[in-house]
Amino acid sequence: MNNKDFTITAKNLTKQFGDFTAVDAISFEVGKGEIFGFLGANGAGKTTAIKMLCGLSMPSSGEATIAGYDIYKEPEMIKKNIGYMSQHFSLYQDMTIRENIRFYAGIYGLTNKQIKERGEQLIKELKLENFADRFVADLPLGFKQKLAFSIAVIHNPKIVFLDEPTSGVDPITRRQFWGLIYEASHRGITVFVTTHYLEEAEYCDRVSIMVDGEMRDLDTPVGLMKKYNKKTMNDVFLYMAVRSKRKE
Amino acid sequence: MVEFHHINKSYDGEPAVKDISFTVDKGELFGLIGPDGAGKSTLFRILTTVLLPDSGKILFDGRDVVEDYKYIRRNVGYMPGKFSLYQDLSVRENLEFFATIFNTTIEENYDLIKDIYEQLEPFENRRAGALSGGMKQKLALSCALIHKPKILVLDEPTFGVDAVSRKEFWEMLKGLKEKGVTILVSTPYMDEAELCDRVALIQKGDILEIDTPEGIINKFDKKLYKLRTPEIYPTLTALSKMEGMELSFSFGQEIHIYLKEDIDEIGLEKQLKEQGIQQVEVSKGRPGIEDCFMDLMVSGNLLEEVGDE
Repeated sequence: MNNKDFTITAKNLTKQFGDFTAVDAISFEVGKGEIFGFLGANGAGKTTAIKMLCGLSMPSSGEATIAGYDIYKEPEMIKKNIGYMSQHFSLYQDMTIRENIRFYAGIYGLTNKQIKERGEQLIKELKLENFADRFVADLPLGFKQKLAFSIAVIHNPKIVFLDEPTSGVDPITRRQFWGLIYEASHRGITVFVTTHYLEEAEYCDRVSIMVDGEMRDLDTPVGLMKKYNKKTMNDVFLYMAVRSKRKE
Repeated sequence: MVEFHHINKSYDGEPAVKDISFTVDKGELFGLIGPDGAGKSTLFRILTTVLLPDSGKILFDGRDVVEDYKYIRRNVGYMPGKFSLYQDLSVRENLEFFATIFNTTIEENYDLIKDIYEQLEPFENRRAGALSGGMKQKLALSCALIHKPKILVLDEPTFGVDAVSRKEFWEMLKGLKEKGVTILVSTPYMDEAELCDRVALIQKGDILEIDTPEGIINKFDKKLYKLRTPEIYPTLTALSKMEGMELSFSFGQEIHIYLKEDIDEIGLEKQLKEQGIQQVEVSKGRPGIEDCFMDLMVSGNLLEEVGDE
């Protein structure tokens, strides 16, 4: 893979709050279309790192490019080229499905023609044809999450950031959600995902583990399980995260 | 100790809990396992008298929780899903507050919370709102226990919590159970089912199954094969097109296939190779609770649908 194929590059990326180092010199690269798992215990620095990578928070030091744009100089270009969804549902509950699609696609700068075409295609793919004019509040959680994901990639971003997208969703819908992730990755969209369901970490191409603000390891799930001589990613995670020194 | 009798509850005409009956025995660690929206919180709210059922009743120690609401309120420790302590009070003040309203003192029941509260003692003067997630959880548990309740009701205590803190939390529950506390706990994490004495699997307001984790696994009546392949997604796609395939789901690096018909490993491998999947290992496997849950969801026609209310 040559340099052009990386959609994320980070070198010694650091964020300090006073004398607390939330993210401590992390360096990594993520390839085009890669599904990259970003694991860590609560408080390990994941959210701070994601905010920097999305252009929402300036690093204290270090370098990074996202979708080819510099994190210091071009944060607005970064925002245009990424998608984002989180466990905290981000669609408007009191707008209809179609209205939400129009709203977000408009914000992402799609033309009216594109909004119409991609919007209808999305509604069809999620089999929501008969419900497109219903309020989002009326959808079951799993559908909301699938819709939020589809909207987060409606502008064909280079990267989509997913922050615990499947929390609380039933086990079958969770797997359907991962089907959407695979499809996006197949289309060349890089997927950067956090999760507390550690078997989902095994669906990623590569997984990184944050401990106390540092990226303690980064490899394929199989590579990590071999290295630490564990049978599941859950065991790998428990083994690494208990080595955390960060308490309160 | 707790008997749920035919509980029904709807919100705006939409049923949240449908004719649910089960019992929790004294000293038991009982789990309600199901995703968000299954009806777990509704059941807990009815039990703890913060919500009335549309019909049905709950008996606690033989007493109706609606008629004799004061009895259960005195004897239950309830930890709601949302952090509900006083953010502006310190750790110690919160605990004192809960002890006082139950007419007791921290000293009187300290034994019960000692193992948990000790970890908070270095931060006794910190405001509860400034604690980390794991610490908040420990404080909430201490406050729910300080009046020495007969039953502890915990609504998704490990939701959104990392795997390390989850493990710690379950160890605390095990310790409390050994001290004789009856525990009713809900969780969306299927792997936590195996840490309970008995579980009810719940989806869309219906109970799919109630038994010991072992008992539920033994009732799984299909053949389960586990596939290992580096090409998970193409294999899933191929499987969905193959004849005689019923259900297949990914499980980390594996794919689980549930079959009624007896297709052997060799037949399965051959069919997959014809579909262009070269590297594949097939073995017979034992199901977990998550396999059982998904199979029951499908056979009970309880998949998420839009407009099914």
